[in-house]
Amino acid sequence: MAARGPERVSVLLPTYNERDNLPLVVWLLARTFSDSGIDFEIIIIDDGSPDGTQEVAQQLEKIYGSDKIVRQLFLFPSGTAYIHGMKYATGNFIVIMDADLSHHVRLHFMYSGKQKEGNFDIVSGTRYKGNGGVYGWDLKRKLISRGANFLTQVLLRPGASDLTGSFRLYRKEVLQKLMEKCVSKGYVFQMEMIVRARQMGFTIGEVPISFVDRVYGESKLGGNEIVSFLKGLLTLFATT
Amino acid sequence: RISSSLFPLFLLPFSPLTPLSPQAAMTKLGQWLCGLALLGSAWAALALAPPGLQPPAPLRQALLPLPVYLLVAFGCYSLATVGYRLATFNDCEEAAAELQEHIRAARADLRRRGLRL
Repeated sequence: MAARGPERVSVLLPTYNERDNLPLVVWLLARTFSDSGIDFEIIIIDDGSPDGTQEVAQQLEKIYGSDKIVRQLFLFPSGTAYIHGMKYATGNFIVIMDADLSHHVRLHFMYSGKQKEGNFDIVSGTRYKGNGGVYGWDLKRKLISRGANFLTQVLLRPGASDLTGSFRLYRKEVLQKLMEKCVSKGYVFQMEMIVRARQMGFTIGEVPISFVDRVYGESKLGGNEIVSFLKGLLTLFATT
Repeated sequence: RISSSLFPLFLLPFSPLTPLSPQAAMTKLGQWLCGLALLGSAWAALALAPPGLQPPAPLRQALLPLPVYLLVAFGCYSLATVGYRLATFNDCEEAAAELQEHIRAARADLRRRGLRL
């Protein structure tokens, strides 16, 4: 294991049309980190949003300083934004999360609590265990979520209870190794990372998270989403 | 004779999936196919054996519908598990309320610090 220098957390935040949520997410992150005394930086990777997200990011950089807010413009498919963002990350821990305020930001529990507790390589947020959960979901959506997760557990036996929760903390070297191996795009990429992490022997800790349905913007769970999830799941089943 | 030679035949198509080195892991699909092949050939050998090699009648009677029974049992287990997990899926009222509060504080603070929304 590498020598422990001063610790810093880099948050990778891919954005697309998050002009309303972005300042709130950044404020929450900044407050959580400074309350816990953790050094941090937030890397905003924008996918060419037409709604003014980049201007908002610029203002945030002025408010918080350019050592805390790093802005990147990256016009490539989802999933690969992280690879790009990682090049600019100076922290030794990396947090990957969504910028749409669907995650209740209890980062200090994730980081100082769980990671320290077990010295895990990865800490993953789960909606399905402990006091994790969701808010604003109807029965149909919950059923689909649980059903899809059951199928995932049976087929992939991933060793983590929530593969699509997309709120995770990685050690930087671990994330780099995983990025090299993973080939999927979008949220299937997130699933693949956990599966590969298990195969490569990395330790995974879990922390309950609350997934609050989008404050601004639309939530996506249509027939298309389900079909692409199944395709991704079967691909992982056949290739990992 | 025929049933005992079925066994290796099942394995032949899957040989590309078996690891070349100890480090290479088999895919989940590969594991499932191997498992099914093993169980399938064992079942076939016992249940479809020619008259000379048949196991006793009660055992054969239980064995023949076994795959269907197992499938149905798995189906029931799945329904029960998903149903239970659905019923115990937490609703985070507190988290939602806390988030709304944080949003209010965030907007006030950011406005103070010069953010133009």
